[in-house]
Amino acid sequence: MIGRIVKEAAIDHREGTSGLIFNEPLLWERGSKGRTAFSMPKCDVPEAAVDADLVRDDLDLPDLSELEVVRHYTRLSQWNFGVDSGMYPLGSCTMKYNPKINDKLATLPGFARAHPLQDDELSQGVLEMVWNLEQFLSAITGLGATSLQPAAGAHGEYAGMQVFAAYHRSQGRQRTKILIPDTAHGTNPASAALCGYTSVGIKIGADGILDPAEVAELMDEDTAGIMITNPNTLGLFESNLKEIADIVHAKGGLLYGDGANMNAILGVADLGRIGVDVLHFNLHKTFSTPHGGGGPGSGPICVAGHLEQFLPVPRVVKDGEMFRVVDECGTALGSLHPFFGQIGVMLRAYCYILSLGADGLRRTSEMAVLNANYIKEKLKDVYELAFDQPCMHEAVFSDGKQKDHGVTTLDIAKRLMDLGYHPPTIYFPLIVHGAIMIEPTESESKQQIDAFIEAMRAIAIEAEQDPELLKASPQRFKVGRLDEVAAARKPVLQG
Amino acid sequence: MRYIPHTDEDIREMQEAIGISDLDELFTSVPAECRRETPMDLPDPMTEWDLEAHMQELAGKMSNCAGTKVYIGSGSYSHHIPSFIPYVAGRQEFVTAYTPYQPEMSQGTLQAMYEYQTYAAHLMGTEVANASMYDGGTAMAEAALMALRINKKRNTVAVSSAVHPLYRRILSTYFLPTDFKLVELPMTADGRTDISAVAGMDDLAAVVVQSPNFFGCIEDVQAAAEAAHGVKALAIVGFTEALAYGLLKSPGSLGADIVCGEGQSLGLSQSFGGPGLGMFGCTLKQVRNMPGRVVGRANDGDGTPGFVLTLSTREQHIRREKATSNICSNAGHCALTAGMYMASLGGTGLRQLAELNRSKAEYLKGELVKAGFEVVYSSPTFNEFTVKAPAGFAARRKEMLAQNIVAGLPIERWYPELKDHYVFCVTETSTKKDLDHLVQEVAK
Repeated sequence: MIGRIVKEAAIDHREGTSGLIFNEPLLWERGSKGRTAFSMPKCDVPEAAVDADLVRDDLDLPDLSELEVVRHYTRLSQWNFGVDSGMYPLGSCTMKYNPKINDKLATLPGFARAHPLQDDELSQGVLEMVWNLEQFLSAITGLGATSLQPAAGAHGEYAGMQVFAAYHRSQGRQRTKILIPDTAHGTNPASAALCGYTSVGIKIGADGILDPAEVAELMDEDTAGIMITNPNTLGLFESNLKEIADIVHAKGGLLYGDGANMNAILGVADLGRIGVDVLHFNLHKTFSTPHGGGGPGSGPICVAGHLEQFLPVPRVVKDGEMFRVVDECGTALGSLHPFFGQIGVMLRAYCYILSLGADGLRRTSEMAVLNANYIKEKLKDVYELAFDQPCMHEAVFSDGKQKDHGVTTLDIAKRLMDLGYHPPTIYFPLIVHGAIMIEPTESESKQQIDAFIEAMRAIAIEAEQDPELLKASPQRFKVGRLDEVAAARKPVLQG
Repeated sequence: MRYIPHTDEDIREMQEAIGISDLDELFTSVPAECRRETPMDLPDPMTEWDLEAHMQELAGKMSNCAGTKVYIGSGSYSHHIPSFIPYVAGRQEFVTAYTPYQPEMSQGTLQAMYEYQTYAAHLMGTEVANASMYDGGTAMAEAALMALRINKKRNTVAVSSAVHPLYRRILSTYFLPTDFKLVELPMTADGRTDISAVAGMDDLAAVVVQSPNFFGCIEDVQAAAEAAHGVKALAIVGFTEALAYGLLKSPGSLGADIVCGEGQSLGLSQSFGGPGLGMFGCTLKQVRNMPGRVVGRANDGDGTPGFVLTLSTREQHIRREKATSNICSNAGHCALTAGMYMASLGGTGLRQLAELNRSKAEYLKGELVKAGFEVVYSSPTFNEFTVKAPAGFAARRKEMLAQNIVAGLPIERWYPELKDHYVFCVTETSTKKDLDHLVQEVAK
């Protein structure tokens, strides 16, 4: 197997002009004036020109036929790798299978054509879905109330920080600092900063999780609270969380739970019981909605009952048999989206939860954690583990054993592509030098996981025997390793 | 369960490899006091077929099937979407990919983003555009924060009261926990921003207008930009209807420093207001202050050209709390779809479609006047306009809901002084027959 891989790598697969790797030019290198891909309705009313001095004469975009556009994007799609192409073990991103039925049902005309400002009596179906999904997410977390408005995970974090600020305002005093452990998600400090909070870092203990004593030392009455990613970015459950919650609460602070890694603990942990005050979900991670190559996501927040009054508007309420929209701000923090948030994404997550039920969601977490621990066991003799202890849904390795051969995490990642896998998350978390963060998700079968393990082990051998092969990877794509440094120095951002 | 492939045999073998005998042992690091005591209270799992029946039932409780007419825009627009667009944009290689951190296996997403950026910059008249924000409202808030970063010594932003009230609410929410201040600019009698109010406001970091504005009126963007620059503030121009720029001079060409708005009109379904597409562009000089992802050209070792995410030192995962924004996942797939939509129309089609929208709206405007409505503002409009309704219209409008006709958006809740005022929107999806029927019903 290994010999074959080494041998094949000598072939240049990058000519990009034949077989199934088409050489598709940019849109504006195609087309001809007068073509169209749009079925233009005829003008059946008098033409009403606008004042000539308001009109532009510089809209120089190419005219293309329908087939030209279809072929262009079809070819581009063939240069892309998605979950449907192969295993995508991107740590902390939960790249699970995206069920197709959910796409179909989320785009039924009744939903797709609905206007967000149309009268409530015309919108009962979608308002019912919003209300139900809020109940589901509250039930899953054990928290009191949910807002679906935030548009993505980072937006959810930001909404959570806005809840913190609104809460402390209501207490009559604004606080200035926020505690963020170095195992938190990368977006946390930026989200807190948008609310005017200064982040104070906390170092984790030798066992990879937070030491309550560290929190106790830093937590004071000028600190709004703490933002903890749980399980953390080392794939470890914060076992001292309840004690930490008590410490933070005793000083009048709040506990934020970044729920990006909730796929590990569905049906297992009770966030309400722990004392989490605000938690965001990434529907595009835990609840299977597609990532779309960078969104749209959706980042609902669940809050403890006493914080419900601060949730953003508009909110949906049940009034007898009718669902109604309440839009008055009152004590709410305000609004973070023009309307209700990412309805199209919520519909998919709603379908997913209904498909699995409580037992199915719990099973999801069990299998996600089983897959990760299995990989950890099967790779830990060839890749250095950041923390050698049972993990949750992801395992963090490093290039510690490979760097003696001059091979880095980046080389390993690029070589993995040639073997047909999307690489894990690399160089994150920052506290692990050369981190390789593997999150297989529950979607992958044992056979698939075994094949991935075999590929990773083959690369470990290649790293010793043929480091140059890894440095020259990837070789089976339209382009080789791209020079990102030069691209940033002299940015060319449009054609 | 159809989404979980593990057999009992697989599980047994994997448990053995790990050295556990029970799945519960996977969770030994979760202490008893952190555990659930009862199962999650959720409905029983549904088969695919039961799920479809349930969702069809919910969709059936919406009015929005064939035949429903919603004459509201105000941030969400009904436009025709060519059938091939959801097909091709729905190719799962695009849909099931993540943010293109590994460029060699994401060239499809990256080239599509680069093409979208190019088209978006062209439409808005800016030197650069990013790969998207969440929606028009948050894009405007981010534009204001960007201006405050650039104009570091100033802490106030002036926003026109003719900017969409739901966008202004986001702005004030974003400002609430900060030291930044918002001031509102009044309107003139013709429905545009009274930009003369800017003169003498020496502490402004930016002036924000929207064109066409909430009332449908096309602003004098050039005058707004000059007034902003006159007090050394940045000019931010927002929009809710991207299609207007198929016809109207682009904000960038009229002097706007930052242009931001909602791109839902460009091939995205309305979907009850989300997901949308936050479009965002600025000058090249300010690109390092810009929020959001951006795709640029790059070469590999052999000189083969490709595309990468670039200028990431601005972003949260590198710059942490000093980042230009906390945005991570954005509206990538919506941007790809919008690029495809613009490609399907081309420059010629965008212009024609925009003209068609304008003509349809002007027709309805004229017919409503004949039916006793009053056109409130004299400024030129695109596909939305504001009217004052005759007595008794509110009740009539309510009756028309039963026929699945939504006759305009009442705006009194945001502008208490504008009692009986409605903003109507008409697009290419309404025929003359539809519009005549609407007027007939309104006049009953």
